[in-house]
Amino acid sequence: MDGAPASGGQSSTAGRFGPFGGRYAPETLVAPLEELERAFAAALADPSFTAELHRELGAWAGRPTPLTFAPRLSERLGLTVYLKREDLAHTGAHKINNCVGQCLLARRMGKRRVIAETGAGQHGVATAAAAARLGLRCTVYMGTLDMERQALNVYRMRLLGAEVRGVEAGSRTLKDAINEAMRDWVASVADSHYVLGSALGPHPYPTMVRTSQRVLGEEARRQILEQRGRLPDLLVACVGGGSNAIGLFAPFLDDPAVALVGVEAGGRGERPGEHAARFLGGRPGVLHGARTLVLQDEAGQVLGTHSVSAGLDYAAVGPEHAWLAAQGRARYERAGDAAALAAFRLLSELEGIIPALESAHALAWLVEHAREHQGALAIVNLSGRGDKDVEQAQRLGA
Amino acid sequence: MGRIAQAFARGRPAFIPFVMAGDPSLEASAAFVRALAAAGADVIELGVPFSDPIADGPTNQRAAERALAAGTTPAAVLELVAGLRAGGLETPLVLFSYLNPLLALGDYAPRAAAAGADGLLVVDLPPEEALEHEAACAEAGLDRIYLAAPSSGPERLARLAAVGSGFVYYVSRYGVTGARKVLPSGLGEQVRRVRVAAGRPVAVGFGIATPEQAAAVAAVADGVVVGSALVEVIAAHGAAATAPLGALATRLARAVHGAPR
Repeated sequence: MDGAPASGGQSSTAGRFGPFGGRYAPETLVAPLEELERAFAAALADPSFTAELHRELGAWAGRPTPLTFAPRLSERLGLTVYLKREDLAHTGAHKINNCVGQCLLARRMGKRRVIAETGAGQHGVATAAAAARLGLRCTVYMGTLDMERQALNVYRMRLLGAEVRGVEAGSRTLKDAINEAMRDWVASVADSHYVLGSALGPHPYPTMVRTSQRVLGEEARRQILEQRGRLPDLLVACVGGGSNAIGLFAPFLDDPAVALVGVEAGGRGERPGEHAARFLGGRPGVLHGARTLVLQDEAGQVLGTHSVSAGLDYAAVGPEHAWLAAQGRARYERAGDAAALAAFRLLSELEGIIPALESAHALAWLVEHAREHQGALAIVNLSGRGDKDVEQAQRLGA
Repeated sequence: MGRIAQAFARGRPAFIPFVMAGDPSLEASAAFVRALAAAGADVIELGVPFSDPIADGPTNQRAAERALAAGTTPAAVLELVAGLRAGGLETPLVLFSYLNPLLALGDYAPRAAAAGADGLLVVDLPPEEALEHEAACAEAGLDRIYLAAPSSGPERLARLAAVGSGFVYYVSRYGVTGARKVLPSGLGEQVRRVRVAAGRPVAVGFGIATPEQAAAVAAVADGVVVGSALVEVIAAHGAAATAPLGALATRLARAVHGAPR
């Protein structure tokens, strides 16, 4: 982890990204969040902490992950595509980067238990694994709809020693799991750390998660320079909360020639409730501790969302993405369920890599817009592997 | 002196019941509020339902779900308040809300004041995020109620003292809202600490369910908030809850007002 704030004028003070971010938390959590912010800063300044983090990311989590040229996909699309292989990281997704950092921090703070929420199950599995590695107890909250969609990951978490608590409330997806994890933390903060899995929530989470995920962007930058001798023209990443995207984008923010594209879940249509495209249908609001773009009705009630991918199925976007969009530094597009399933199949057939349905959204956008980017050098963040999605994809006829 | 300040200047602890507006309907809520006032409530907290209440336990979550299922909007809650005032209700009303539904109203502070609300408590708006809120409420003549918690150290209490008005709502223990069987020890000392730092009356809530508990808290606090225990009566009886709600509120009010000081 490095503590550098996002540069290029986006630097945050007190967790602000322009008008977005902040710490909209119940008073019970404010002192714990302040303590977390101080502990995080102290850990980053401690060489023994960063050395241990680096060791764990390497020897246990498998970093660095490769940057793989995709020759057949490139030929098909008419541009040069590289894949950042977070699917090869331990537990199968970029989520592990953040979990190793936060669990090491939790142990350093003297906490004996960690709490996590999970949508697709990837963050829950990564937290369960890191907690097992460090001897921390682990409780994961997961919407019961997501538990049905991702039954394999539920078993994996339990195998790793975590307690998985199903959440029946609301839409029974990620949003409701976050509500329940926050309620747990409000009551258990003395001995528990909440390992939030994406670049959202109250300060310091968006900054802390970006700092943890930045490692994948730094590797990609170094690797593309080694392999191609130049910076890419285009970075593409899917955006649920936005942690894999912000990790990839962060080291390139000061390179204006590098276009940044975040891809949201277009779901099955543009009507409210049919998608999770916050940049299409969201407006500024406050959810889960941050001011950001939120899918909500006129009365300020948060809308249900839909995506074939549980990891993108969330009503708010990480606040830094809202700010990057407002400044015009990144743009946010969308890909629907059908396009994502087609891309899921396409990458499997052309490159021998089964992508997570989340990552397939980033690929799907590139497939649909390849004509506008002919000849470009692109990096797609393959944020996770698709083993968890095979059964669902088969059911949906991908 | 505003209505809330008057409620704390009666030389006895204040009884502060909470109900969720729109649970199970706005008409029923109007009847509930009048019953609470008749039972001796000094201040009434009226919940504005929100889809994602992260600081609430299951009882209040379900109340918010029932209210939302009945189509309750923040604007309709303001109409409820205006209707109660038009009907002659004099008891001070505090809206207990999350920030997002208020933001959806636009200029919520003058609108809440015009409807007849006396104060706002915004659960997910700590003092450091409340600059605009403070100014807008002060201009509209609304009291700003903030939460204090056992984790609020001297620095945070000093910050709390610099904002807000009316009273401080002390969250008596870690956790979400909901009835509990055991009250925390050392509560009197904690209340004194908050009262001295904030320079305002301190009402205690989160977990008080029975008249006995209410009396015990009233012995050391300036006010006692009871929420989930009343919401459970509404959950059990629906629109027919007015009589049992009034009966429980009467016992709670007597216990609070008669507590030895």
